[in-house]
Amino acid sequence: MKTSQAQSHPLDPLLRTDRIPHIWCPGCGIGTAFATCLNAMKDSGIDLVQTAMVSGIGCSGRGAGYVKLDSYHTTHGRAIPFATGLKLANPKLNVVVFSGDGDLLAIGGNHFIHAARRNMDITVVCVNNFNYGMTGGQVAATTPHLAKTTTTPVGNPENPFNAPLLAYASGATYVARWTILHARDLTESITEALLHPGFSFVEVLSPCPVNYGRRNRIKPMDMLKIFREKTIIRNDARPTELDLDFDKGIVLGKFVHDTDRPSCVELYDKTCRPQER
Amino acid sequence: MNFWRVPLDAHEVDVPRGEVHILEERCKGCGYCIEFCPKHVLGVSKKFNAKGYHPPQVVKPEECVNCHYCEVICPEFAIFSVPVEEEEQDARGGDLSA
Ligand code: SF4
Ligand code: SF4
Ligand code: SF4
Repeated sequence: MKTSQAQSHPLDPLLRTDRIPHIWCPGCGIGTAFATCLNAMKDSGIDLVQTAMVSGIGCSGRGAGYVKLDSYHTTHGRAIPFATGLKLANPKLNVVVFSGDGDLLAIGGNHFIHAARRNMDITVVCVNNFNYGMTGGQVAATTPHLAKTTTTPVGNPENPFNAPLLAYASGATYVARWTILHARDLTESITEALLHPGFSFVEVLSPCPVNYGRRNRIKPMDMLKIFREKTIIRNDARPTELDLDFDKGIVLGKFVHDTDRPSCVELYDKTCRPQER
Repeated sequence: MNFWRVPLDAHEVDVPRGEVHILEERCKGCGYCIEFCPKHVLGVSKKFNAKGYHPPQVVKPEECVNCHYCEVICPEFAIFSVPVEEEEQDARGGDLSA
């Protein structure tokens, strides 16, 4: 069989191909998470000319720089406020936030909970690689208990965020979690999230072989096997049962899909612009 | 000895056929496509690309069912599959390497 250079990858029209290969390390899952996000954007049928991608800082934060659509690479932790501004200024725009756990849940944690509380009409794809990859593998708010990082050499004494619970408790109306290995379910969830009015949150568990993997002696392929063996798919599971604990098994699925609560833009128009309706 | 039976309509079920394309220079050699292809179509190649990684190679072309899994799991946009048309399949007698 010939390996063809003539034909181009089906996602090339959505990529700034002059910047590919991207900077992500060999075996890093961010590329897969990013590809599923682009596939979902295609599948959902949303108008891509009316779509913007926003990223913060970190390895995943590079996403905005690779998509050939309107995109913003913002300051650390501030992807959601930028996205909120875009959406409120132009409610017709589909706004997708693609960023990492450190950026969205720690540095940008307050923005995250308040955007969820408002049921802000944006889609947040959060790549969770369990540590701060770009800065050398420090402990993060999502590092599993006892996992080793540069700043927790004997193991993390703390417990990680249960991000879907955080999103749900704050008011998110679409919540799902998958790993990059579950690329198909993940694509389906991101597609649903894109079509969902209101705050939608999709957590993507992803290997960081160079930092998290190396310190915990997990090779990239083994991390994917852990994703296969230590996960349980349970759609509609209670958000309180979604601890990030590989020993107990990590629950994946679609957990929340609430179409009853009005979105932020809807409520704003109803309250502040009744005459224009 | 086979313990399973062939479904009665097996000859009528259209198994999709695919042809997989590899953009070798984009590959970073993670091996995910090779490991997780459900039909074990791919194997590690001995050759190196310009960056020093071993890209995958197609070892069982006739087995590809165009499921696109390699395409979605690849972090590098380096592999994708396209459908093989019915007539093309017949004309080639099922041997894509011809
Ligand atoms: S440091 Fe980790 S998360 Fe960042 S690109 Fe490398 S493998 Fe991926
Ligand atoms: S399309 Fe499916 S069957 Fe074909 S090579 Fe890719 S993963 Fe394997
Ligand atoms: S998944 Fe992509 S990067 Fe990894 S070995 Fe296959 S073609 Fe190369």
